Amino acid sequence: MLQTSPRAIPALYRSSVGKKAIMAVTGVLLVLFLIAHMVGNLKVFLGPAEIDEYAAWLRTIGAPLLHHEWFLWIQRVVLLAALVLHMTMAYQLARRARRARPVRYRHRAKVQGSYAARTMRWGGVIIALFVIYHILDLTTGTVNPGYQHGEVYRNLVADFAPERWYVTLFYTLAVVAVGFHLRHGLVSATQSLGAASPQRARTLNLAATAFAVVMVAGYLSVPFAVTVGLVD
Amino acid sequence: MTDSFYASGEPIADTKAPKGPIEDRWSTRKFEAKLVNPANKRKKTIIVVGTGLAGGSAGATLAELGYQVVQFCFQDSPRRAHSIAAQGGINAAKNYRNDGDSVHRLFYDTVKGGDFRARESNVHRLAEISTQIIDQCVAQGVPFAREYGGLLDNRSFGGAQVSRTFYARGQTGQQLLLGAYQALMRQVDAGNVELHPRHEMLDLVMVNDGDRGARARGVVVRNLITGEIKTYTGDAVVLATGGYGNVYYLSTNAMGSNATAIWRAHKHGALFGNPCYTQIHPTCIPVSGDHQSKLTLMSESLRNDGRVWVPKKAGDTRRPADIPEDERDYYLERIYPAFGNLVPRDIASRAAKNVCDEGRGVGPGGLGVYLDFADAIGRLGLPAVKAKYGNLFDMYERITGENPYETPMRIYPAVHYTMGGLWVDYDLESTVPGLFVIGEANFSDHGANRLGASALMQGLADGYFVLPNTIGDYIAKNNGLGEVPAEAVTEAEGRVQAQIDRLLSIDGDRTVDSFHRELGHIMWEYCGMERTEEGLRKALELIPALREEFWQRVKVPGSAADLNQSLEKAGRVADFLELAELMVIDALHRTESCGGHFRAESQDSDGEAKRDDVNFSYVAAWEWAGAGQRPVLHKEALEFEYVKPSQRSYK
Amino acid sequence: MKLTLRVWRQKGPQDKGGMVEYQLDDVSPDMSFLEMLDVLNERLILDGEDPIAFDHDCREGICGMCSLVINGTPHGPEKATTTCQLHMRKFSDGEVIDIEPWRSQAFPVIKDLVVDRSAFDKIIEAGGYISAPTGSAPDAHAVPVPKPDADRAFEAAECIACGACVAACPNGSAMLFTAAKVTHLGLLPQGQPERYDRVVNMVEAHDEAGFGGCTVTGECTVACPKGIPLDTIAQLNRDYLAATAGRRKKS
Repeated sequence: MLQTSPRAIPALYRSSVGKKAIMAVTGVLLVLFLIAHMVGNLKVFLGPAEIDEYAAWLRTIGAPLLHHEWFLWIQRVVLLAALVLHMTMAYQLARRARRARPVRYRHRAKVQGSYAARTMRWGGVIIALFVIYHILDLTTGTVNPGYQHGEVYRNLVADFAPERWYVTLFYTLAVVAVGFHLRHGLVSATQSLGAASPQRARTLNLAATAFAVVMVAGYLSVPFAVTVGLVD
Repeated sequence: MTDSFYASGEPIADTKAPKGPIEDRWSTRKFEAKLVNPANKRKKTIIVVGTGLAGGSAGATLAELGYQVVQFCFQDSPRRAHSIAAQGGINAAKNYRNDGDSVHRLFYDTVKGGDFRARESNVHRLAEISTQIIDQCVAQGVPFAREYGGLLDNRSFGGAQVSRTFYARGQTGQQLLLGAYQALMRQVDAGNVELHPRHEMLDLVMVNDGDRGARARGVVVRNLITGEIKTYTGDAVVLATGGYGNVYYLSTNAMGSNATAIWRAHKHGALFGNPCYTQIHPTCIPVSGDHQSKLTLMSESLRNDGRVWVPKKAGDTRRPADIPEDERDYYLERIYPAFGNLVPRDIASRAAKNVCDEGRGVGPGGLGVYLDFADAIGRLGLPAVKAKYGNLFDMYERITGENPYETPMRIYPAVHYTMGGLWVDYDLESTVPGLFVIGEANFSDHGANRLGASALMQGLADGYFVLPNTIGDYIAKNNGLGEVPAEAVTEAEGRVQAQIDRLLSIDGDRTVDSFHRELGHIMWEYCGMERTEEGLRKALELIPALREEFWQRVKVPGSAADLNQSLEKAGRVADFLELAELMVIDALHRTESCGGHFRAESQDSDGEAKRDDVNFSYVAAWEWAGAGQRPVLHKEALEFEYVKPSQRSYK
Repeated sequence: MKLTLRVWRQKGPQDKGGMVEYQLDDVSPDMSFLEMLDVLNERLILDGEDPIAFDHDCREGICGMCSLVINGTPHGPEKATTTCQLHMRKFSDGEVIDIEPWRSQAFPVIKDLVVDRSAFDKIIEAGGYISAPTGSAPDAHAVPVPKPDADRAFEAAECIACGACVAACPNGSAMLFTAAKVTHLGLLPQGQPERYDRVVNMVEAHDEAGFGGCTVTGECTVACPKGIPLDTIAQLNRDYLAATAGRRKKS
């Protein structure tokens, strides 16, 4: 061996393999958040008191060590950083891919691999746009009619009211996109972190699909329940 | 006998092989060879043409020793040389099976298998080195087949009675070549090898060194992408450009395999040894039509379980399943009860030709025999046959569209390997000083017939172990060769340019391929599996006429200034048209039958090959006497001190 | 069979190039795909046109020289088959067949369907070997290799470097090619000393050559005529992370 390459984080950040690993790690953080978020959402079925109390508790995590809402803000910063890294890496890899294939095929064959894999980039963009809307809708309340801070149950019911079906529709589309993104993302992250193996491939694929389905079902149950009047 | 078609020259001898006990000769030679000072090696440039097993391993090893290597191949990467297609395996006298193998037995088998037409000294060296090759390849990471204990697996191959063949499924050549290629790329990275893929050697640069005579100092190559003609010079030139089986147009060789490098070296004075020795492999997929561009080998291992047969009645066009057992002729089992379907390649091939000549061949054109697995499937069960031969059966089905599990395979012999090549001495140096020839390109170790799994062994022995030791002697003795004079370069480049211009200017009405195909027909018909005086004489009329026609009617489109595959082919076919004539002359002069050379006039009452040791126990080394001149025959007498010549019998 | 071919013609690296249509009236189903092109070329030569340039050599599926994207699929429609082993009986009478070169920044077109794949050699040069100078080897049986490792190493070593993985990948990534060699050598005891340097250097060469990154779409392994499995890339990732983030030193 004549020269030794820099064996450190910079090499990791620069290389296409390292970028995927960063996407995998940040992706896992975001998935953990999604799980917690869904569990919280489902409390809507236990009534207004339960979910509003849960929302208030979120602000007190870590007390008295942490000041009011500090945990929430730390979490937000971490998630934002993860998201930015995730998207930056995705953008850089996409640009790299475009440069790697400057001339397209005239005859485009149908996809042989996975559809979920082929929709990651546009799916990711849809999800990013949704996240912005979602924060304006249910965190700041900017686009939610009669938003009341702290009254989660009320805000939800107002948001997914039957006459606001388009909101529910958009929400549904976004959640399905998240589902596809998760399905491929989990498999891909396992591969990117080098944990995939032929023995585990089938199990991994099944687990990823099952997980994506559970997440989609969990997230969609809330707006559907509101729209059809199960929760009001 | 008449020698109107050739002239006789002085006998030649291999002056480099030491005398003494055969086991000591190689170590003696290595000790006697002069060494090159390590500091001087850096200043010495060796040119290597070809990157197959021999060339790749030589390039890597010479660079490791400290020489500057400049290497060429016509493919887009050194990893694509045709060694990659070798299927079966590589022999080595490791005796890991404890079945009585030894260096001496491998030596004995190889001399006998070559029908006593190879040098004992060379073959013994090959057998000695065989074990080191395996060690070397394992160290490089060649994934040979292994057993559950983690040790290497062996199989018996090509009728050998010991298990000495190492293999990597059906892709041994590929794995060995990648080992050599990776070693070579490591040296490219280290800056010791300057690699030029997509370059074809078109001439040798000769320098006249006063008293010391003419010597090889470089090569003229054409960049196949840009068309640029360029000369590279050095202290010695190594040709590792493979065999010339494509003279026959259809063969198991790659489409690009050619004889141009060795033929153009031959024209500069390198003698050509035993050009008529060609190996015809019995188990290939038959020709399916005029469009056929090459023939595909089906591994010899199929004969372990398949039974070869044809209908008893000539012209029987029934489907194989409709032909009852008692109307089938399992001719190999009938004629050779002891070896049956496992007789050596030359014998199996000729037997197939004989039954087809009787009109009993099967398939389109009647050029095929059945290789039937029905019995094996009945005996071993379908899953076992599938496990053993599945990939071969799949390949057969891809090419023919027939399912060999249901209907017997059709096979027919095809040209596979050429034992002949440029004559070299024990040091692998040709009769042109400074020109070394290794691998299939030389004539050396296989005599008149090569045994299965010996080609890989020889290519790697030459490249890894023999040449790197012997070339130093030449380099050391020729220190201070000086600059190559500009005139020598201009002259060589001029020759190359003139031929290219001539080819492009004819603008006739026949394609290069049509000439190549016609030449192939002539060679297969008259200088193929069975040769007769009458046929060879006919070929001797047809070939010059065809060559004449080629130079008047060939149409080579395009220009010389870019990628022009027709032009590449035209140059190669022009050389085949000359080489073919020499092959025929060699075949005509050798009135005995031996190994891959079967003269119908020389057979015993059973139709078996009859050698004539009294008159033909020699290497025929041919000298080029100029265009249209009779070639000159130099004989190198063969002596057998350790293996006494006997008749091969497989009955 | 009658066929319509639409073939990418490009005079040289600087030429813009485009699809050109050819009619073939007498194609035998027993021809290989390349023999079909041979027949067309013979006709073009006699008509005074430039024949179509395409790479090919062994024509038995092992040298890796042949390429061609046929109807959008590298090596055509048949699984685990190189173009040279693809036969015309897989197509139907009257079919229109589009033939294009491998498309990749790292594989520039030289002429017509011929591309420059020397980037692959650069990747191997960067570390795709075991340093074992000739003569230095111990006895072949000195180090046993467990059969499962040997078999998996062989499976990865079957790669013929044809470039179909790159041609198929929507990202133009050569990760399957790189991973096949990393896996082959990394699984063998002989390959351990250089294992972590090898992977870092090969990935660096891969990226420098202009190939895209892997996003695990799996198109490569589907197109691969030798069926190199996708999990070789997981192996590469694992070794790469161990070498960089995990700071695995060479032994």
